Amino acid sequence: MNTMRASEMQAGRRRAVIAAGVVAALSIGMVGCAKSDRDSGNEGKAAGGTFIFAGAGDPKNFDPIFNDDGESFRPIRQLYDTLVTHKPGTAELTGGLAESWSNDPTGKVWTFKLRQGVKFHDGTALDATAVCANFDRWYNMKGEAAQSQMIYYTDVFGGFAGSPDAVYDNCMAQDAGTAVVTMKKYKGAFPGAFALTAFSIASPAAMKQYGSDTVTQNGDSFSYSAFANEHPTGTGAFTFGGWNKATGEITLNKNPDYWGDKAKVDKMIIKVIKDENTRKQELRAGTVQAIDFPAPADRKALANEGYKVLDRPAFNILYLGINQKNNPKLKDLRVRQAIAYALNRAQLVQTKGPGGSAVADQFLPNTVLGYAPDVQKYEYSVDKAKQLLSEAGATGLTLNFYYPTEVSRPYMPNPQEIFTVLANDLQAAGIKVNGVPRPWNGGFKDDVQQFGKQDLHILGWTGDYNDPGNFVGTFFGRPKVEFGDQSMADMFTAIGKADATVDQAAKKAAFEQVNRDLATKWLPAVPIWHAPPAVVTTKNVEGLVPSPLTAEQFNTVSLTK
Amino acid sequence: MVRVILRRLIQLIATVIALMTLVFFWLRSLPGGPVDALLGERATPQTRELLTRALGYDQPIWVQYGRFLKNVVTGNFGNSIRTGEPVTEVISRAFPATIELAVAAIIIAIGLGIPLGYLAARHRGRLLDNATIIVTLVGISIPIFFLGYLLKDWLTQDIHLFPPSGRITTGLGNTDVTGFFVLDGLLTRELDASADALWHLVLPAFTLATIPLAIIIRITRASVLDVLDEDYIRTADAKGLRNATVRKRHVLRNALLPVVTTIGLQTGALLAGAVLTEKVYNWGGLGTLITDSISGGRDYPVLQALILLAAVVFIVVNLAVDLSYAFIDPRVRVK
Repeated sequence: MNTMRASEMQAGRRRAVIAAGVVAALSIGMVGCAKSDRDSGNEGKAAGGTFIFAGAGDPKNFDPIFNDDGESFRPIRQLYDTLVTHKPGTAELTGGLAESWSNDPTGKVWTFKLRQGVKFHDGTALDATAVCANFDRWYNMKGEAAQSQMIYYTDVFGGFAGSPDAVYDNCMAQDAGTAVVTMKKYKGAFPGAFALTAFSIASPAAMKQYGSDTVTQNGDSFSYSAFANEHPTGTGAFTFGGWNKATGEITLNKNPDYWGDKAKVDKMIIKVIKDENTRKQELRAGTVQAIDFPAPADRKALANEGYKVLDRPAFNILYLGINQKNNPKLKDLRVRQAIAYALNRAQLVQTKGPGGSAVADQFLPNTVLGYAPDVQKYEYSVDKAKQLLSEAGATGLTLNFYYPTEVSRPYMPNPQEIFTVLANDLQAAGIKVNGVPRPWNGGFKDDVQQFGKQDLHILGWTGDYNDPGNFVGTFFGRPKVEFGDQSMADMFTAIGKADATVDQAAKKAAFEQVNRDLATKWLPAVPIWHAPPAVVTTKNVEGLVPSPLTAEQFNTVSLTK
Repeated sequence: MVRVILRRLIQLIATVIALMTLVFFWLRSLPGGPVDALLGERATPQTRELLTRALGYDQPIWVQYGRFLKNVVTGNFGNSIRTGEPVTEVISRAFPATIELAVAAIIIAIGLGIPLGYLAARHRGRLLDNATIIVTLVGISIPIFFLGYLLKDWLTQDIHLFPPSGRITTGLGNTDVTGFFVLDGLLTRELDASADALWHLVLPAFTLATIPLAIIIRITRASVLDVLDEDYIRTADAKGLRNATVRKRHVLRNALLPVVTTIGLQTGALLAGAVLTEKVYNWGGLGTLITDSISGGRDYPVLQALILLAAVVFIVVNLAVDLSYAFIDPRVRVK
């Protein structure tokens, strides 16, 4: 190498060193900037401060009636109130916008005594006329586009104006403080269903001003009104401060005129973070104060690090569904009982269950009306399972077990692991299992619920309101491809009758019997567990009351230093 | 030159039409559809039927295809099935995020890649060169999402140096002028917001830059080595030209041609890398949009528009690379 190259090299080195120095200096400078931003942000906070909650997905919009998912309902619950609501932390009904409610002996006429002096965010008064305007709006909604988005309405109220299945008849404002809602027929879902977030009461004036009912269709999809997107107007503890879609932030401001307990924070921001792991990291970095649905595996670590892991009381169910159509052996009750005996559910709960989960012996949690403490429990016994199988001449049984992939549900955090454990239990009892993994969207739901390709599958449900019909009725109240047998007429009739019972005590007794019979006579599925999802907050968050229905209201939340 | 550009543009249109047809039928052959994804567990069969009809999925596939073609030609991409907003709006919101990230990554890749590659070549066979070869090998081999999670765990959790995700601290990103957060902060004189956005950009941009950086270093090194062995360099040195002149005018300029091609190709790869990087850092750009549109409900209109956009970007970048040859290499210009 000649001398020229050597000197050149030195120059190169010098430059590299200088460049590195500049980069380092810039970086340090930036750290300084970023740090000071954060500090000044904290100091600048007013007394109440800003509560940042990490949600798990985008909301659809903020018009309650057009929504049916938890991520949309989270902000909607802060913006609106329902006529009837739940006592904090329970599934027990209490007065919301209605101080009290009653129904007549036929069960068809509901009278709501409204709270006095409640105002919508636009300053108009909540009175019986406003309540009736909401009921009439839902019933008279026009257009397939709009109607197809009203999933809870169709489910609970049967249909719209002109439909023979429609449950709603009319609503009368008896006086300013009394709304009387008359149904065409009795429906067991009420009064529990009045507490559904989808049936929140919105300001008729705002809905009119911002064209709430215009759901327009463009090609493959729908767009919603300015009311649903920019001007949602309810009576809730927070008012709408905007949805910044570029950053995924929904801002809610304290409603200083709220009729109930006024919010303790000045502002709440729901920050959408879809990745479970990232939510946890943001919590640890202190950039959010609460996260929803932590991974079961992270719970312990977070608790050990001093975060508050708040378990919601269980209001869900995971079950092993049995399809009786494809394999005639499954029509034999003894074979289904053998499957129940073969499963070591206690161990599954211990090894794979989220904290606070418990073995389920029936298809509804014990907080719901009609829970029967004395159902047949099918304690784990491989011997009994084998004996029943041989009695039924079903030794050497092979079953197709469908389970979903690419999904995590509160009742089913890791379907693959749950499948593996259950399949091993079944194999131990001499049942051959052919596992069929299918993606949740695009396979599993179609195969299981529409085409009924499976013999066994795992699925579950989170309750919407406190009514046995919402659990047992949803699964077994009508013939479903999922369970394959159209001949379980007894079961459909019994559940239909129980659901139609007006007297609450009689209804309770009827559903208790249904639950006993489900376990002993019908066994269309095996209940596995109730698994409560958790909320995790930083140490300085006080007053967050976890709700079994994931229906938290954040007006009680405060931040300590 | 004009004729070349024109021919390429016609190619572009033909490619796009073929691609869109392919995408249309491919998307619809996937199991599951928007109806199921939209309705979830609670829908009654009645609602399901209503929605299928309202969305027009009950019509024969060629009717749907005809409607789709008509819409594409008239520039109507429809609304997102998931959010109900016009697709153009959804995409133009996500676009700046990805461009911001990609530009930062390209700046890092070029800004570090060319000097490092050059230095490695000049120190051929010595420590710096060997170290560069090993580091770039790792850089090329390590999957983006793995590196992303690793960096994130280390620099945001073990050491609280960078923010774990997002483009800006919650509550700061409220000025929207261009959608480029770093730029917006400067335009509105909110320097703290700008610095904050820049700070959020460091880790994702570095993660995304690793592969192009490694490739650029290697290509630059190889290319510079080739040129250094050329007779004309020896001639230039022998003529007694100033060292700096030789390096700038003879070595770098000649060595840059393959590097520019590589940069062009890497820009395409950058879009693919962005999908993973954005997933890791909850970035909210086109990559996030693609994954959301597939997993969160088969959002056909958004997917179709995104694939179209990706194709156009890819083709245009390649055209730009071809044209840039003319500026770097006079021989190409003459031809």
